[in-house]
Amino acid sequence: MQITVNVNGTDYARDVEPRLLLIHFLRDELGLTGSHWGCDTSNCGACVVWLDETPVKSCTVLAASAAGHRVRTVEGLEVGGELDPVQQGFHECHGLQCGFCTPGMMLTARWLLDHNPDPTPEQIREAISGQICRCTGYENIVRSVRWAAEHEAAAQESGQEVPA
Amino acid sequence: MTATAEEKTVHNGAYGPVRRKEDARFIRGQGTYLDDIQLPGMLHGAILRSPLAHARITSIDTSAAEAHPKVRAVITGRTLEGLKLAWMPTLSHDVQAVLATDKVRFQGQEVAFVVAEDRYSARDALELINVTYEELPAVADATRALDPDAPVIRDDIEGKTNNHIFDWEAGDKAATDAVFASADVVVAQDILYPRSHPAPLETCGSIADFNKVTGQLNVWTTTQAPHAHRTVYALVAGLPEHKIRIVSPDIGGGFGNKVGVYPGYVCAVVGSIVTGKPVKWMEDRSENLMSTAFARDYHMHGEIAATRDGKILGLRVKVLADHGAFNGTAQPTKFPAGFFHIFTGSYDLQAAHCEVTGVYTNKAPGGVAYACSFRITEAVYLVERMVDVLARELDMDPGELRMRNLLRPEQFPYTTKTGWEYDSGDYPRALRLAMDLAGYDDLRKEQAERRERGEYMGIGISFFTEGVGAGPRKHMDILGLGMADGADLRVHPTGKAVLGVSCQTQGQGHETTFAQIVAQELGMSPDDIEVVHGDTDRTPFGLGTYGSRSTPVSGAAAAVVARKVRERARIVASAMLEVSPDDLEWAEGKWRVRGDPDKGHTIAEIAMASHGALELPEGVEGHIDAEAVYNPPNLTYPFGAYIAVVDVDPGTGAVKVRRFVAVDDCGVRINPMIVEGQVHGGLADGVGMALMQAIAFDTDGNCLGGSFMDYLLPTSMECPSWELGQTVTPSPHHPIGAKGVGESATVGSPAAIVNAVMDALKPFGVRHADMPLTPAAVWSAIQGRPLRTDMAFT
Repeated sequence: MQITVNVNGTDYARDVEPRLLLIHFLRDELGLTGSHWGCDTSNCGACVVWLDETPVKSCTVLAASAAGHRVRTVEGLEVGGELDPVQQGFHECHGLQCGFCTPGMMLTARWLLDHNPDPTPEQIREAISGQICRCTGYENIVRSVRWAAEHEAAAQESGQEVPA
Repeated sequence: MTATAEEKTVHNGAYGPVRRKEDARFIRGQGTYLDDIQLPGMLHGAILRSPLAHARITSIDTSAAEAHPKVRAVITGRTLEGLKLAWMPTLSHDVQAVLATDKVRFQGQEVAFVVAEDRYSARDALELINVTYEELPAVADATRALDPDAPVIRDDIEGKTNNHIFDWEAGDKAATDAVFASADVVVAQDILYPRSHPAPLETCGSIADFNKVTGQLNVWTTTQAPHAHRTVYALVAGLPEHKIRIVSPDIGGGFGNKVGVYPGYVCAVVGSIVTGKPVKWMEDRSENLMSTAFARDYHMHGEIAATRDGKILGLRVKVLADHGAFNGTAQPTKFPAGFFHIFTGSYDLQAAHCEVTGVYTNKAPGGVAYACSFRITEAVYLVERMVDVLARELDMDPGELRMRNLLRPEQFPYTTKTGWEYDSGDYPRALRLAMDLAGYDDLRKEQAERRERGEYMGIGISFFTEGVGAGPRKHMDILGLGMADGADLRVHPTGKAVLGVSCQTQGQGHETTFAQIVAQELGMSPDDIEVVHGDTDRTPFGLGTYGSRSTPVSGAAAAVVARKVRERARIVASAMLEVSPDDLEWAEGKWRVRGDPDKGHTIAEIAMASHGALELPEGVEGHIDAEAVYNPPNLTYPFGAYIAVVDVDPGTGAVKVRRFVAVDDCGVRINPMIVEGQVHGGLADGVGMALMQAIAFDTDGNCLGGSFMDYLLPTSMECPSWELGQTVTPSPHHPIGAKGVGESATVGSPAAIVNAVMDALKPFGVRHADMPLTPAAVWSAIQGRPLRTDMAFT
């Protein structure tokens, strides 16, 4: 079947099997291999991407279901050569080791900060509770998201002081 | 190789919490994991697996699958028999079926391999293969494996009439029995360390590309040990080793799951040979959990002897070890139970003895995997539970009992009653620090107050000694290969360097840490050193990353090769400065003329000169590059003291880990940020192991942990915010005084949590219950009916 999906701002038209999973569409059809496949059962969250404005587990979403929608992946976090504060936070706070869960974790973190710019560690833990990391024991992921929250707040504050 | 005090104190600031180089690609989604690799014309493989745990194969009909328009090949055990590849040797002197020919021996065993044009078609074709089985009774319960009427699983082994694999013992039985006979107090406890699985988030896979014209075989694969795999392929498939290249790309976690060679890897090679195209095989999650290397599955009976006032005298243990359907433990020791005989732990005992019996069952093969340091995980769990059981018996505080029996600093180096040579340690200091950080006395007061209110809070201590850095040749090898690691270091004319190492990061940050090691030795910036790994064509031989051996072995090789470069640079510098090499001193990142510190050259300046027009002195051929091989003289012995605080809801049996304090001593820390990250990850493993993770079976051999819906891994909600501390006792024999740390927390933490839960349940009279302490297991223990956690509820 013919579908068009907008991924990170670009429309992609492809002829796909109706059963094709979104994760395989992104990885195999578009070559966007930053999103990973980890479990098939919506438990691990390595495949988390945004469908329109919501994080979803793309191993249990059909590519066909994404037709006519916007998808945001890890490749769309960096804008204009500028890393998202979440990406910077994961680097600064050692929020990743093998890196396999990292794209999904960062996309959930970005969503959280868009809806709650100053989350508590408990709120961060709850936000990422549907995703598994086997390396970090989560503590440094929580710190990474806090780092991003604090730097976004600081950037906003300094931005407000400078008249537009 | 002994480090001098001077070498250890020379410090140019390269050690420290340097942010990781590898992050740049991972945070942008630009890592290259196995499944990210696409080769031109690549085909896709999929494996048909047995639905039954034990059955004779009566026929396999592949005609419908072969007729599928997108299928290029269907391979069965019969195909492999023709190539003499139906069975492959394991690292434990057994064989394992690549594709079953006679029987299937566990649920999920490999039966046929389909190669198709895309991954979906390959899976479709599996449905078209018709296998008929004659079902046989299964042995899923290890405690029944040696029953006289148990079905014989390995009838492929000539003359085999039972499911026995080995009996093995260590320690002095007579001396231990004598100590027990005269002891005031003897306590016994049955303890199960249930079957678990490392479950890296990236599953296992392989891409094989065989060129019929050149005879070259290139394999991209999820391996922690690329060089060992190259040699194994040469030995197994009879291919010439110089025509094999193994590339291990970015690895999405290993934890011991990616050490061995799996049937799927061999099938991908055969698939490429048969089709003439590159073939990718990537397992799914259920295949990973049900067929690749599991961990533990040790049924232990421990006994501890002590004086009435709390002096531990002896320890003995009998183990029934479930190795699954093939003895495929991927471990390099010469002992069938790995390093289990380190079970005397951190204590000063008079005698100890262990006996281990290995058995076959109709379950997946494996046993040594998952950050276990070759069974030290089981050993530490055993001794730390036994010490708590003893404390209960003596009505002593478990902290005080440990403090009274820990080895003293002046006893090091210390040879244990089972022959281990602990290199260094200050155990009481680590335990005191952990108790101070936890506020131990206040916690006990709080616990007493809560008990008054009917609240069940528990405090658990675990003290561990690890032995890591495999390893000395007298104790270990892989298929006859000694466990030395090479390193080569090239310094380019402009002073930038490339270090090649044989170990393979799976997230440990080697590209950063190993650059720091070289930077430290050569007065350079870590940014100027590129670390190459994971490609057998670009790196020197070595045995890979598992058993926390990277820093102890490859890290030592990196330091040694850098020192070789430094010595070669000294000769060049002497020519540049027109003085004798003896008149030079290494200080502040330069070879300087003694007494004239303004005259000197950096490694970069010397490298350029060595490539340039300088008249080269004797002993230097034209550059300062070097190679080294490091043969570890002993293991390194990291240790630590862990304290868990838990709250138990007696109504539901739910356990909440409220706090976890971890003091680790891994010697000199090259990058403390990375060390702490590794400890965090291992502590989460401890939460999982103690409370959630186990792969159980029903009596028919059906695996009950075949997906993440059933095999529960800890999330951010189960893990507390870790509280870390450290002491530093350098390894005396390691060139930079470092010890391995990657597995310490996984080894040490489960006992702390279980001890804490048992402490919480003390008012109920519960002394022991087996992991995982799920709400059901805890609730049943409170009711006085402890569960068997390795079998389905009956």
